[in-house]
Amino acid sequence: MQLSRGDLLSAYRTMRTIRAFEERLHLEFASGEIPGFVHLYAGEEASAVGICMHLTEVDKLASTHRGHGHCIAKGVDVLPMMSEIYGRKDGVCGGKGGSMHIAEISKGMLGANGIVGGGPPLICGAALTAKILGNRGVAVAFYGDGGSNQGTTLESLNLAKIWNLPILFVCEDNGYAEATAASYAVGGSQVKRAEGFGIPGVVVDGNDFFAIYDAAREAIEHARNGGGPSLLHLKLGRYYGHFEGDATTYRAPGEVDRLRAEHDCLKRFRNRVTEASLLEAHELDAIDGEVEKLIDDAVVHAKAAPLPTEADLLADVYVSY
Amino acid sequence: MSKKSYRQAINEAIASEMRRDPRVILMGEDVAGGAGTPGDQDAWGGVLGVTKGLVTEFGRERVLDTPLSESAYVGAAAGAAATGLRPIAELMFVDFMGVCFDQIFNQAAKFRYMFGGKAETPLVIRTMYGAGFRAASQHSQCLYPIFTHIPGLKVVLPSSAYDAKGLLIQAIRDNDPVIFFENKVQYDDIEDVPDEPYTIPFGEANLTREGDDVTIVAFGRMVKIANEAADRLEKQGISCTVVDPRTTSPLDTDTILECVEQTGRLVIVDEASPRCNMATDISALVAQEAFGALKAPIKMVSPPHTPVPFAPNLEDIYIPNADRIEKAVKAAMNYRVRETV
Repeated sequence: MQLSRGDLLSAYRTMRTIRAFEERLHLEFASGEIPGFVHLYAGEEASAVGICMHLTEVDKLASTHRGHGHCIAKGVDVLPMMSEIYGRKDGVCGGKGGSMHIAEISKGMLGANGIVGGGPPLICGAALTAKILGNRGVAVAFYGDGGSNQGTTLESLNLAKIWNLPILFVCEDNGYAEATAASYAVGGSQVKRAEGFGIPGVVVDGNDFFAIYDAAREAIEHARNGGGPSLLHLKLGRYYGHFEGDATTYRAPGEVDRLRAEHDCLKRFRNRVTEASLLEAHELDAIDGEVEKLIDDAVVHAKAAPLPTEADLLADVYVSY
Repeated sequence: MSKKSYRQAINEAIASEMRRDPRVILMGEDVAGGAGTPGDQDAWGGVLGVTKGLVTEFGRERVLDTPLSESAYVGAAAGAAATGLRPIAELMFVDFMGVCFDQIFNQAAKFRYMFGGKAETPLVIRTMYGAGFRAASQHSQCLYPIFTHIPGLKVVLPSSAYDAKGLLIQAIRDNDPVIFFENKVQYDDIEDVPDEPYTIPFGEANLTREGDDVTIVAFGRMVKIANEAADRLEKQGISCTVVDPRTTSPLDTDTILECVEQTGRLVIVDEASPRCNMATDISALVAQEAFGALKAPIKMVSPPHTPVPFAPNLEDIYIPNADRIEKAVKAAMNYRVRETV
């Protein structure tokens, strides 16, 4: 671990922002004001933040159905994100993408993806761009245990290896692909799959920010220095359903309560840094308060923001026709 | 200006754009051929030799042989386009698009719209289409109507070597994803093609001949066959306008409607299978916008609704030919509204 005090504060703030964003969306969705599908990332914050802290603006990431956390961790502003999820004109995608396609190309965030397994091929392309332009950029493909079974993901592992692309594959394994268990649907092991393509892989505790941070640093430096792709298999847990409104009858009674009580990445972070006297509890409390205010403001802003107009319907189908 | 094949015209278009812009790269299965083999390092230049020689000039950094892995490399081309390159991906036969369609229609085609106008995807997918090669059902389809159906994609169907070069250069310079259909039976067609680069804008139809009696709208390879039919009809005193729209998306609806308004009769020739193809689409357009100009019902000439057969005699019957077009034109000419008492 080589984290400065500023890094630690920043990591906590970003993880807390994601948590607050998602917890608030859960409540707002239940109130019926948010249109469409929303898939929450709460519980998986250590992954997005532990990895994205190593990325710069030149680096790219492709996300999953659960894209808000990656978006925030890659530096996209919360206000236009919230507006986007409410379908407003000042949303980060002008209200044309919504939660499932939230993206900000200028920040290197190539989009949440409505298609499971859609991201890894795109990330091969982003990495190819970095390699050809010679800008030392790295590209990160996040996908879930569900996405790991798509042919696109396996084909991308192969392509990344044979072209020696600067890629980090991150399998965020929350144990469920929609309502089906990874233990049922995933044959073999993620790491051995990667090794089968000649790509080094490692299993990491997905609730341990520090373990993720260290593993990601090594893999990303390796890629940046021309060493090619590697894979992290993160075992973590999601606190909500596959989508908002999912009754999660497929989960064991008390399962989420245990996850929250015993494996929560934010609590673990807080305990670790306060016990080691790296940060004070009151500093973290202050961040909690600031983040709540930020999310409140974002919701108030989004609800009041103008809707796209009818003229926006036909805009941006093409660059030019 | 010199005599060149449709194949050479395409090769020249790619080469000139790769020389002009270092961001243009080419990838696909065997686009060079020979990667990693002990033999010739430019072994194939694509399965029919269209990109032969490019790896020699531009190297394997920019001419990338891919694994047989269409989802990964077509998606990689889309991702590279979204992040600063201008890739040309070759999808060998359009029949193979089933395995990578997600990357084309859910990813590349939608980036710009879904991301609020902030993304550009300057991607060209070159692909081969069409029957006549005795290649049977899985290597002979004309799937351009499927791509035309998807907003966000531009679809180009060059009918000649001249158009192939100009339209491909246009496609490579375009900032939208473009699907570029090359007819595999036309690669050896030879005609005058300028040596220097030139562009042909999308959405502007080409009138390959002008006449008074019937408008024939034809696509891709069918343009030549339509002109062959029109030559025969001319000798019988029937003069035809032949409209080659060149691109199905965008489609030059104005020119089609103007020609129909002038001639009052319409025959549409489309090599794609007949349900929901370009012929049905244009038929609907004309029925809605120029019904009053029609002196006869619209005639559509397409293959039967069947997979492409292998047996050469059956395949020859399958493909629309000049006889069928001639018959359709005459039927339009001979149509008389029944007098009601």
